[in-house]
Amino acid sequence: MNNERYELNKNLAQMLKGGVIMDVSTPEQARIAEDAGAAAVMALERIPADIRAAGGVSRMSDPKMIRGIQEAVSIPVMAKVRIGHFVEAQILEALEIDYIDESEVLSPADDKFHIEKTKFRVPFVCGAKNLGEALRRIAEGASMIRTKGEPGTGDVVQAVRHIRLIMSEIRRVQNLREDELYHEAKELAVPVDLLRYVRDNGRLPVVNFAAGGVATPADAALMMQLGAEGVFVGSGIFKSGNPAKRAQAIVKAVTNYNDSAILAEISADLGEAMVGINEQEIKLLMAERGI
Amino acid sequence: MKIENGKLKVGVLALQGGFAEHVHLLQKIGVEAFEIRKRQDLEQDFDGLIIPGGESTVIGKLLDELELFIPLKVKIDGGLPVFGTCAGLILLANRFHVIDIQVKRNAYGRQLGSFAIEAEMKGAGMIPMVFIRAPYIESAGKNVEILSVVEGHIVAAREKNILVTSFHPELTEDTKIHRYFLNIVRENIG
Repeated sequence: MNNERYELNKNLAQMLKGGVIMDVSTPEQARIAEDAGAAAVMALERIPADIRAAGGVSRMSDPKMIRGIQEAVSIPVMAKVRIGHFVEAQILEALEIDYIDESEVLSPADDKFHIEKTKFRVPFVCGAKNLGEALRRIAEGASMIRTKGEPGTGDVVQAVRHIRLIMSEIRRVQNLREDELYHEAKELAVPVDLLRYVRDNGRLPVVNFAAGGVATPADAALMMQLGAEGVFVGSGIFKSGNPAKRAQAIVKAVTNYNDSAILAEISADLGEAMVGINEQEIKLLMAERGI
Repeated sequence: MKIENGKLKVGVLALQGGFAEHVHLLQKIGVEAFEIRKRQDLEQDFDGLIIPGGESTVIGKLLDELELFIPLKVKIDGGLPVFGTCAGLILLANRFHVIDIQVKRNAYGRQLGSFAIEAEMKGAGMIPMVFIRAPYIESAGKNVEILSVVEGHIVAAREKNILVTSFHPELTEDTKIHRYFLNIVRENIG
């Protein structure tokens, strides 16, 4: 992948900022999401809550299903591949997907290596729960980062933990001297030039979204106030009582995340939120996959 | 006498997309910039408006939901200079109906069709142009001035107080088009 292509891929993520990316599993859901104001959709056969409930091995979605969603909407379409499964990524590139999510939500295909994403022309987004993971994924070619959170739970605690950690690590790095930077790069196991970018600019070199467990407009606004540049909502929409209304409310919450009067208005009368599972109640921690 | 950049104030529609990049470029050339996210943000006086790139479906929907569409339409019809990039171009043509152009959305295909090029824009010079899942202008009415054509397609145009580009000048550090827009803002102030 040449440098210009990488810039274009980072640029697409910039255009998604301030937006909500929604998980959908059918063309009909994709249209509901687009009508509700989704900036992009993530096409996957089973949303994370159902993956969690079903157990077993979870893989890339059927290309036929992904094509159906590409045809249904005009906004960008993303899809997930298993960590390290570069052939699934080749297949999604052949489908001209707009973004590939190399995702811990699916069963990892490789317990050691991530995909060498610089080999691809399509962009990749990857999950991270700390600065080291984020910069390693960027070094491998990711042009967008999202927090891992804990998908399919409706419990925002892990996403909060991850965005807080990433933002506080960025603030800490900003105070490092040049000689300290080399040591820190060694400690974090990241390239020093990426770490220097973080120190000099006070941000990741790519757009950073929040993901994993966001279920309400207040959750989405919380992530934005903590420093996320946009939000992925997976199970939180189509596992709730009124998906269209909740989706619209979350979209508005991400735009006006600092306005409590608007947040109060849009949080009212949304019907039931997804039931959710507390982090203590789950056996499988997806966030531990792919470090 | 030319009004200095520092005396001008431009609002950037900040509902979704690349608004921060426009604010950055405006500040870089000394213009006061502010974000428009809700109706109260329109209570101040300002000299120009930028509608950024992003997803036109999202921004269009939020314009209605946040009750910004009508007050902005009134201002634009009243002569407020507006600059729309990518999604902003689509909205100015298809929603606000303030520039007489036919737009083809996602005209270059999906993300694999996104590209960057350097090309001439009338009145602004050579410009680095970044096209991200971009639209282009299929045809333009007789009162529309065509400012740039890339590979046979119109990618920049102006009609009176409305300036549009299908590419994203805000994704580069080049401020030529923003300075061109400020000249339209100055003409309007008179």
